[in-house]
Amino acid sequence: MKTPEKDPHTEVETTGHSWDGIEELNTPLPRWWLWTFYATIIWGLIYIAAYPALPFFGSTSNGFLGWSARSSLEADLQQHKDRHASLNNTLVDAELSNLQTGQELRQYALARGAAVFTANCSQCHGAGAGGTVGYPNLLDNDWLWGGSLESITYIINHGIRNTSDPDAQFSEMPAFGEFLEEDDITSLTQFVTQLAQAKTKELNIDENTLFVENCSGCHGQNATGNESLGAPDLTDAIWLYGADSDSVEKTITDGRFGVMPAWGQRLSEADLRAVSIYVHALGGGE
Amino acid sequence: MINKFETSNALYKAQEPVFPRRVSGPFRRLKWAVMAVTLGIYYLAPWIPWDRGTQLSDQAILVDLANRRFYFFWIEIWPHEFYFVAGLLIMAGLGLFLFTSALGRVWCGYACPQTVWTDLFILVERWIEGDRNARLRLFYGKWTFRKWRLRITKWFVWILISFGTGGAWVFYFTDASNLARDLWSFDAHPVVYSSISILTLTTFVFGGFMREQICIYMCPWPRIQAAMMDTNTLSVAYRSWRGEPRGKMRQTGRGDCIDCLACVNVCPMGIDIRQGQQMECIACALCIDACDDVMAKIGHDRGLVDYLVLADEEVESAGGQPVSVWKYIFRPRTFLYALIWSSIGIGMIYALFIRNDIDMTIRPVRNPTYLMQSDGAIRNIYEARLRNKLGEARVFQLEITGGKGFLLQLQSSNQAKTITVPADSTYLQRFYITVPKDHPAAKIPLTQLRLWVEDIENGNRSSSKTAFNGAPE
Ligand code: HEC
Ligand code: HEC
Repeated sequence: MKTPEKDPHTEVETTGHSWDGIEELNTPLPRWWLWTFYATIIWGLIYIAAYPALPFFGSTSNGFLGWSARSSLEADLQQHKDRHASLNNTLVDAELSNLQTGQELRQYALARGAAVFTANCSQCHGAGAGGTVGYPNLLDNDWLWGGSLESITYIINHGIRNTSDPDAQFSEMPAFGEFLEEDDITSLTQFVTQLAQAKTKELNIDENTLFVENCSGCHGQNATGNESLGAPDLTDAIWLYGADSDSVEKTITDGRFGVMPAWGQRLSEADLRAVSIYVHALGGGE
Repeated sequence: MINKFETSNALYKAQEPVFPRRVSGPFRRLKWAVMAVTLGIYYLAPWIPWDRGTQLSDQAILVDLANRRFYFFWIEIWPHEFYFVAGLLIMAGLGLFLFTSALGRVWCGYACPQTVWTDLFILVERWIEGDRNARLRLFYGKWTFRKWRLRITKWFVWILISFGTGGAWVFYFTDASNLARDLWSFDAHPVVYSSISILTLTTFVFGGFMREQICIYMCPWPRIQAAMMDTNTLSVAYRSWRGEPRGKMRQTGRGDCIDCLACVNVCPMGIDIRQGQQMECIACALCIDACDDVMAKIGHDRGLVDYLVLADEEVESAGGQPVSVWKYIFRPRTFLYALIWSSIGIGMIYALFIRNDIDMTIRPVRNPTYLMQSDGAIRNIYEARLRNKLGEARVFQLEITGGKGFLLQLQSSNQAKTITVPADSTYLQRFYITVPKDHPAAKIPLTQLRLWVEDIENGNRSSSKTAFNGAPE
């Protein structure tokens, strides 16, 4: 070993490392620093023993405190459930018509409904409930099946045109391509697109025999729709499948069959009611 | 002595015990005064009452973590106003720059908690075990009954002080009088007890045993400060040109320094100031007091060890006249720092006073950007976040300015026209703005709107800008 070099100014030994001609003095660390280091090692060992730490195949060591992220989450969830238990009970027990009163209950239902909606409904109706072609916008004041809290709750409970719930709403837009001539379809298409442009007043709906004979039964005398059949208002600005002539022609020729699943069997009563209140409160509820 | 250069091959170094001697003089008195004030503020501040009505805390200074509120006398800060706290931190930082460039390490020497508590602990130590020489004897003596008795008494008093320190801390975070009661009945939250224990332990260890080690090895501040000091910064220094060559009292041809080691013996950091500027020196000025005392006794001028700047050392050692330290305290650099510091302060005070007690932010719900009603009207959805900063519930009303024909409706179960926001809380209100289909705003992508929120009782208003999205053809 070569003799250690000394810094001429302080007479202290240097480490021998040199950066740009600057050398470091070999200053010893304080001893307590070493003890602190040992203490952290001991702390680490205790920690490893106390908490789940060592990986095994498919599991980990348990730790003598018995703590786990899962059980602490469960405890948290339970705590929240307990805190909301009374609100939850009123939500389930109250008459539907009374649910709108009570600021706290309503707030709770809206918050819970929003969560239920995001998890179960947004994939079809959109995260903002704005809908898309074939999937109705739930924010507007136009309802295929009625906009009262009762109708909305019924729809969400039983769904529409599904095969799983015998109480589901069931009526469909027939495919007129099988019964009507091409010309008739073309003329009906033209008529409906004119309706769409809201020229209702100029158009005498009663005098259009094609429409009266084929369509009025469901869409109504004035083509304003029928909520008990889910037949849309053809005179308003809102179109589920589009108001351009191609879409309308396709609707008349092939029919439409929008399916909405029933949620009665899948969601708890509290969730159902909460999401109904939420949808009703989105802006169009009657 | 801490900073004696030595050559050893050991990898680790044991802590050198330091036994600071009692000293008296103007700087020592100043330090006692600073200690009384800082400790007084620390222990008493949480107990100052302040009336804020029945619903809010009546503690003048409170960091209410649970409810996310910060109270400081008449000021109440909510989490969204955290920039005030950021501003205070910036001021604290600049304040340290200011003090460092003007007075060097005054923070370290006088006001740092580590210094203040260590000082207090040394005081206790001296009361119980005696001054430097007695302590030295005790330290190196055998573990007799007397030694045990003194040690245990000292540790006990230290622990009491430490417990008081940790105990006072928690009162800043929850209602002090309730917490004090819960503390003794063991009903307080475990976090309270663990905070107190940790702070008790750190105070005991840092003040009683680690002392100068904290400053030398753990604290980043001496390193940072070194970067802010220049040749005109005050520091405590030894006038070597006056003192050297040092020698015993009777020796002839010596300088003013009689090598009495008074400066070394009083030093809480255990260094010899005569070695020149050292990182270990916290500039507590006790050696100035000690040396002045000796100089007075032997009939020399005071100031052999004194507050000096590096630039003066050269001037003075070349025979120049000493320059008044005030010249270095008031110089452009310190004025500039003071200016920046106070303008931030004034800015913050101004911002505090123009704060409105109603606060509204509007968020347009952009999913979807707009929607059509069955009659072709265009609707936008918004969320207003209303903050009521008063201690009682208030009723607000929303209103649009900046255009006709905009219909504003609140989401509510009963067609309500007003919004009630509970005391000291935030409320989220969803609302709609609708225009008929032939309204100009229905057809253009963006129309700017201004929304007003008004307290219907006293007419206080505040506004917020937002936009309306139409349906371009
Ligand atoms: C698989 C896609 C799908 C999912 C998931 C879905 N819906 Fe629907 N929903 C539809 C369709 C399609 C319709 C329109 C049926 C029709 O044409 O009459 C509809 C209609 C509705 C209606 C009636 C609208 C009106 O105008 O009368 C409501 C209310 C509704 N859904 C609510 C919900 C809620 C709440 C959920 C979540 C619990 C949900 N939907 C989940 C597809 C879905
Ligand atoms: C048996 C009842 C029934 C008859 C008859 C009927 N419709 Fe429909 N129609 C519906 C229903 C139900 C829907 C909604 C389908 C859906 O949502 O899946 C609908 C939807 C439509 C739509 C789409 C509306 C939109 O918003 O996109 C058009 C267009 C339409 N019908 C036109 C007609 C015309 C034209 C006729 C006559 C030739 C007619 N319908 C006859 C029940 C009927």
